[in-house]
Amino acid sequence: MDRLSYDAAAGTTPSATASAGEARGDAARGVTPGFRDEVRAFLSEHAPHGLPSLDTAEGNLLHREWERQLYDARLAAVSWPAEFGGRDASLMDWLTFEEEYWAADAPIRVGQNGLFLLAPTLFAHGTAEQLARHLPGMARADDVWAQAWSEPEAGSDLAAIRSAATKVDGGWTLHGQKTWSSRAAFADKAFGLFRSSGERHRGLTYVMFELRQPGVTVRPIEQLNGETGFAEIFLDGAFVADEDVIGEPGEGWKIAMGTASHERGLSLRSPGRFVATARRLIALWREHGSDPLLRDRVADCWIKAHAYQQHTFQTVARLNAGGHLGAESSAGKVFWSELDIALHETALDVLGPSAELANRWTDGYLFSLAGTIYAGTNEVQRNVIAERLLGLPR
Amino acid sequence: MNPEQEQFRSSLHSLLAASDVPSIARAWAAGSCEPGLAMWRKLADLGVTALAIPAEYDGLEATATDLVIAFEELGHHAVPGPAIESVAVVPSLILSRLPETAADPAVARASDVASLASQWLPRFASGETLATLAWPPHQPFAVDAHIAALPFGGTPGETVASVDPTRHLSHIESEHFIGGRNDRAFDLGALACAAQLTGLGQAMLDLSVAYVQQRVQFGQPVGKFQAVKHHLADVRIALDFARPLVYSAAESLAPQDISAAKVAASAAAQLAARSGLQVHGAIAYTREYDFSLWLVKARALLPAWGTASWHRNRLLESL
Ligand SMILES: Cc1cc2nc3c(=O)[nH]c(=O)nc-3n(C[C@H](O)[C@H](O)[C@H](O)COP(=O)(O)OP(=O)(O)OC[C@H]3O[C@@H](n4cnc5c(N)ncnc54)[C@H](O)[C@@H]3O)c2cc1C
Repeated sequence: MDRLSYDAAAGTTPSATASAGEARGDAARGVTPGFRDEVRAFLSEHAPHGLPSLDTAEGNLLHREWERQLYDARLAAVSWPAEFGGRDASLMDWLTFEEEYWAADAPIRVGQNGLFLLAPTLFAHGTAEQLARHLPGMARADDVWAQAWSEPEAGSDLAAIRSAATKVDGGWTLHGQKTWSSRAAFADKAFGLFRSSGERHRGLTYVMFELRQPGVTVRPIEQLNGETGFAEIFLDGAFVADEDVIGEPGEGWKIAMGTASHERGLSLRSPGRFVATARRLIALWREHGSDPLLRDRVADCWIKAHAYQQHTFQTVARLNAGGHLGAESSAGKVFWSELDIALHETALDVLGPSAELANRWTDGYLFSLAGTIYAGTNEVQRNVIAERLLGLPR
Repeated sequence: MNPEQEQFRSSLHSLLAASDVPSIARAWAAGSCEPGLAMWRKLADLGVTALAIPAEYDGLEATATDLVIAFEELGHHAVPGPAIESVAVVPSLILSRLPETAADPAVARASDVASLASQWLPRFASGETLATLAWPPHQPFAVDAHIAALPFGGTPGETVASVDPTRHLSHIESEHFIGGRNDRAFDLGALACAAQLTGLGQAMLDLSVAYVQQRVQFGQPVGKFQAVKHHLADVRIALDFARPLVYSAAESLAPQDISAAKVAASAAAQLAARSGLQVHGAIAYTREYDFSLWLVKARALLPAWGTASWHRNRLLESL
């Protein structure tokens, strides 16, 4: 079976233009008129299907080519300022883009670490010079970024980071080991936290560095599906110029925590992803004879995907009114990660006896199991919800 | 469990614990099955492959409980190979079609089945040959047809990848038997699968309990966090209440008991896989770390020999 395509993608293709209901919803939420239709038309004409995995050498290049096409259409990062390749679009427009992107079953964004994690950090804490130097290459996927936070001894306890940044003339040298760094096997650059002094939290510095330089060794690691989706990064004297420190030295923890909510929340996992998967699940269930024993679970998946979507609309409204993405993002993270498992577990039950075949549903299932671990484990998020949202004693 | 059964379990456990099964499984996945086949010959020396075969064909004529004991150990050590097919289903299918034992005379083709029995059963009992088959629609593909005999004929066709890379699946063209709904051989497969799943689940629990005691975050073993404890306690509960169903199904061999056992064992193994991965964190998401061998095997066996949905349905219809 083709590992790269959902066997039930058929039946989920949207019509060429937004339906009346969609148009009404878009108008009510302030989506730019015509934007959804433009995105839909572009993706239906250009989005490639069945590319080899982005975690292979060949697939990585093809995914970069695709992102280049998105960039040329100014769709790579719609919410960014126009000077960096965006459209100054609102968050609502961006969510609309995401809905269309996932509904079209377009390729996974090879640039996602940069686009969704580093860029928000740079907008909040970077200098104008850093933005100008890094964003356009990021949006064109000339530079694919990896996130280098975790270490063998620093997972949930991120402040236990030991990899060191040592001050030298004009910059810093890096020593130590990072791990589980997604996309690092084929990435060009990385951003991460390094210890610049002994103070647990105030001794961390946030830097950006080249992966392809002396003093950096990347060792790809095979994930459950056999692909090298993440890697270890060994650092032995790699250089970071002063211009590539984000914020002030020693401010790394504060900066990282301020933007970690992007990773947990809407920027890494926008609702369009789950809404599209729920639609595919329904199509799969119908195609396999609408087994009444699975009916309730299929329906519940759709309900939860829509709950996540509506919750996100609320969050965006709150942000637009000047609010902040705070500890609430922990609730969103638990919700989407568990929803993703439910979607894929249900799909495998729909597939029945052939559910052991390696294909996109099984790959998606294995990947969904990681969602409750990365971006802060769900145990840690539940602690945050209990302590910070509910005010229970620590 | 009687003293001989305890003895049987512990000799299987000693053999497998000393065999570095994870390396054997990785080699098997990569296509070099020789170390695995050598291990299967040692399992045969302990009687595993002869369990379901009568004495007149050099077998042990063991009880279904013995079979369950063996499959728990095979699961516990994530042994690769067509175990359910070789040890349980194929021998019992051949036997169930002998004219004197066949429930349905229409499926007994006396002469070829008798010759199948004398041709194959002694070779399975001795461990000279492993066996496999497909059983559509429940088992649409044959496991490991490249190293196992296909006594029911058919030619291995196109191969397809399993989520468990040790399982080499192939389409079988022109299989020439039809399995019935309450077929004994099928049920023995489901029972063996349930036992293998509880063994897999137990191993994932053991690995996780050991790991969380040595993994330190925030200055303490992560096993001290209540959230981690509760995950693993729930796995223990699930396994504790699945295993008696598996053993009682082995006693009664009643289809509804086997169905109940398969459903409960699948749920327990699935919980062990998910919670075990969760309490490990990222390390268990890699193929380099052994936990993954158990996790993907459990995932592959969950829908095998009757999905949970099929077994639930059969159970209700019989009550
Ligand atoms: C697919 C995948 C991709 C990843 N990509 C990246 C990446 O690109 N860059 C990067 O830097 N990292 C990445 N990670 C790493 C990820 O951030 C860590 O796995 C995560 O922070 C958890 O750390 P750990 O794996 O060391 O688990 P541990 O922290 O060792 O946790 C083990 C168990 O203990 C529990 N636990 C720990 N502390 C507590 C507590 N206080 N209370 C209750 N329970 C607790 C955890 O919830 C977990 O169940 C990735 C991980 C995965 C699986």
